[in-house]
Amino acid sequence: MKPFKFSAVNNPAEAITLINKNTDAAFLGGGTNLLDLMKEHVALPNEIIDIGNLSLKEIKATASGISLGALAKNTETANHPLIRKNFPVLSKAILAGASAQIRNMATNGGNLLQRTRCSYFYDIAMPCNKRNPGSGCAALEGFNRMHAIFGWTRDCVAVYPSDMAIALSALNASVKVLSSERERIIPFRDFHILPGAHPEKDNSLQHGELITAIEVPKNDFAEHSAYVKIRDRNSYAFALVSVAAGLTLNGNTIQTASIAMGGVAHKPWRALNAEAYLKDKAATAANFAKAAEAEMALAQPLAHNKFKIEMGKKALINALETAFKGNI
Amino acid sequence: MKNNKTKLTPEEHRLFGDLMPEELEDVLHSGFNRRHFVKLMGLATAGLLASYALGAEQLFARAVEMEDIPNLIPEAIENGVTVNFKVNSTPRNVLVDSRMTLLDTLRERIGLTGSKKGCDHGQCGACTVIVDGHRVLSCLTLAATCQGKSVITIEGLAKDNELNPMQAAFLKHDGFQCGFCTPGQICSAVALMKEAKEGQASFATKKLSTDPKSIILSEEEIAERMSGNICRCGAYPNIVAAIKEAQTGKNVPQNWLFTD
Repeated sequence: MKPFKFSAVNNPAEAITLINKNTDAAFLGGGTNLLDLMKEHVALPNEIIDIGNLSLKEIKATASGISLGALAKNTETANHPLIRKNFPVLSKAILAGASAQIRNMATNGGNLLQRTRCSYFYDIAMPCNKRNPGSGCAALEGFNRMHAIFGWTRDCVAVYPSDMAIALSALNASVKVLSSERERIIPFRDFHILPGAHPEKDNSLQHGELITAIEVPKNDFAEHSAYVKIRDRNSYAFALVSVAAGLTLNGNTIQTASIAMGGVAHKPWRALNAEAYLKDKAATAANFAKAAEAEMALAQPLAHNKFKIEMGKKALINALETAFKGNI
Repeated sequence: MKNNKTKLTPEEHRLFGDLMPEELEDVLHSGFNRRHFVKLMGLATAGLLASYALGAEQLFARAVEMEDIPNLIPEAIENGVTVNFKVNSTPRNVLVDSRMTLLDTLRERIGLTGSKKGCDHGQCGACTVIVDGHRVLSCLTLAATCQGKSVITIEGLAKDNELNPMQAAFLKHDGFQCGFCTPGQICSAVALMKEAKEGQASFATKKLSTDPKSIILSEEEIAERMSGNICRCGAYPNIVAAIKEAQTGKNVPQNWLFTD
């Protein structure tokens, strides 16, 4: 690792004051991704501000839903009785990610800030616009089996790795952020961004901003929700494709469907076409299949990931059927 | 501990006297060190310990004695951080480079080499230790963040000469071959017992929307919950059997048999 100055802070204001003084400083939460990137010389902060002592760890019911402290651990979040009962798709998604040890360390805020696991991003001998803007994308013509099928550009075909965030996207969460000037709430759909002109940026957070909480509104599909994850190993592997789905039902009729996909784009991919197709339709196998077709028709596969189109359809259908059965 | 003469049990004394007479004096004066341990492993591999089983067992349970590790020179470190924390209930005060991981601190500065460096990237679980009751990866933990915390490593699980039930179960079920992943596997499994008791869910848990309650782990649950510990030798069936036995306290048949 590159040498860095280390300090531990005790309140958010102190953390923000410190980070504003140095554009090469980084906050350290659980460290499960940042430390790994620092060892590989992909992340090169010269100052680490340890925010592990901040009291942003509370998970509490609010008038509109639930608030997840940015520094509450993933394990604690997944196992909180209110979340298991009212937001089980979030528990399921968190538990689908990483290992028990990593979930014990990883924080909720940090989970959202995970960088892509694109192997060219990790390999500093390779060009990568995300790591080194302007150097090119080695994955575009390289081994891109794991990469995006939606929303990519010729500058970046990486996918976003979090499972937790896929459920939060389907749950219409928002991210509460504090800076020296203000507190702002970023709707989940605007938090992570597509590569566009700046693939080096994964999200709309600015330097000097600290995530304090994730707000999740109440939903009426807790019982009829599902998280399906397809991966190369049965456990402890990143998604090839994943789907978080929630169905608001009136008998057998779908009032609304909330669906987000992981492993397919640079951000949690909200399946808006599938959602639109399912609105006010009967919850039948035929309609689930048509909704999946509608979404995946827009996919643009790369040389090695055409399989994700069929896999995406099947994952969507599986998630919708599981959600409809209501056995989470 | 280096100043005390090492006391050997009669069984241990007989083993050294018969099989490594040239080392006996050294052991009595300077302690049982890593070189002796490696020799002992050599003898075990050659099948020469059969008639010294009790002495060998006692020696294997014995902590290998270490030279005291000198402190770093503060002036020589660019970004030094002093950390006060507990390791296996012993208070420690160490000066570390800010980049030093908990794993390297345990191994290189405190002399506890039980926790292993497998991948050093959070992918294998060999470095698993228990911090404030939770299993974590020491390779992805900066020592500087451990101020005031309590760390338990594989060396801290046995009570005197009595093995932790999970250690005993791993022995009974042969939950290893080369043994490199074993300290991490056992620390992970020990913490898992508490998680199951608290009713924590896993991806394999059915009906997780119901209230958390204490669970007896199925094989599927154990496999899912231990997926962060990779065993390159593939001792998984035996590891699962050991964990089942440790959790239930009931006799679980071994997956292997001696044959004629």
